Amino acid sequence: MSLLDYFRGTRKPSASVAKERLQIILAREHSGREEPDYLPALKKEILEVVSKYVSVDLGAIQVNLERDENCEVLELNIALPEHRERDSQKRELVAHD
Amino acid sequence: MAKVIVVTSGKGGVGKTTTSASFATGLAMKGNKTVVIDFDVGLRNLDLIMGCERRVVYDFVNVLNNESTLKQALIKDKHCDNLFVLPASQTRDKDALTEEGVERILNELKKDFDYIVCDSPAGIEKGALMALYFADEALIVTNPEVSSVRDSDRILGILAAKSKRALNGDEPIKEHLVITRYSPKRVELGEMLSIDDVKDLLGIPLIGVIPESESVLSASNSGVPVIHDIDSNSGQAYADVVDRFMGVNLPLRFLNVEKKGLLSRIFGN
Ligand SMILES: Nc1ncnc2c1ncn2[C@@H]1O[C@H](COP(=O)(O)OP(=O)(O)O)[C@@H](O)[C@H]1O
Ligand SMILES: [Mg+2]
Repeated sequence: MSLLDYFRGTRKPSASVAKERLQIILAREHSGREEPDYLPALKKEILEVVSKYVSVDLGAIQVNLERDENCEVLELNIALPEHRERDSQKRELVAHD
Repeated sequence: MAKVIVVTSGKGGVGKTTTSASFATGLAMKGNKTVVIDFDVGLRNLDLIMGCERRVVYDFVNVLNNESTLKQALIKDKHCDNLFVLPASQTRDKDALTEEGVERILNELKKDFDYIVCDSPAGIEKGALMALYFADEALIVTNPEVSSVRDSDRILGILAAKSKRALNGDEPIKEHLVITRYSPKRVELGEMLSIDDVKDLLGIPLIGVIPESESVLSASNSGVPVIHDIDSNSGQAYADVVDRFMGVNLPLRFLNVEKKGLLSRIFGN
């Protein structure tokens, strides 16, 4: 079961490992493709506004866009620094078509 | 109507230039007036692979900047009457590749040529985007290997979102998968992704499989596209790609490990 077994081929053939890994990463990257172009800029601007009041870094902001048939949910997660009472606040903007 | 075909991949070193050279040569040998353009500004190589490096006077960027006419920059191939090469510049920066400039040159070429083959640089920067922007069809050159497959998938996303056809809402670019540097032996050993694996992952129609072959290196050493080496398996595989592109239905070849006959096993080759 050692890592070396992977390379020696005594476990799964490496080609099938490659295929599985690619299936997963491509699926993830395809869902990212659906993201509107403005999302990174939006994230950056929100960060700028938030950091006027509290110090947070880019990693502290998560932006998620979920879609179903007639509704898009833009979910913003901002982890605020710990000395605040709550270490995370959640805001949801719901946009209906 | 002239067709613009981009040869692209995202990743470098997978065989785009090798494929562009042989594919354009094959189209020309079938009687199509063909031009192959090197979009790799600053790192030209197509001239070497086509064996015309000593005849480069003006280049793509000179034409873009109106420093020479298209006629002055086009190099006629030594072997095929119908084939011309438009070399990339070796020094100038990529800013010369503007959408308007490239479109002007392509439109001028469309008047004279049947096929315009665009050899894309690696990456997803300006040069690669300009090479694919005006394409009608695309050869997606992919090695059976994780990073190449992922990068090809990325390029497919760009073709579908950022090409002129995509932005205008026209009929999408017709995509063809070319698997290159394929090693039947390593696939048999489970060390290399198989053709079906790559096809499943990328989901576009396969137009050919080019085996890993020593003839490719000797072809580039001598500056004669490998499709001219009609005894080599990679040369024949490229000829098949051209036939299939022109609508001929051919079975795939060179997919399995060659079983050596008894005699050659005894006497070696
Ligand atoms: N089918 C093949 N068999 C063996 N070597 C190959 C094959 N196709 C390409 N190569 C080699 O791979 C290297 C990169 O090829 P090239 O066509 O320049 O790739 P790219 O234009 O995508 O960067 C070259 O050294 C070339 O000789
Ligand atoms: Mg190249």
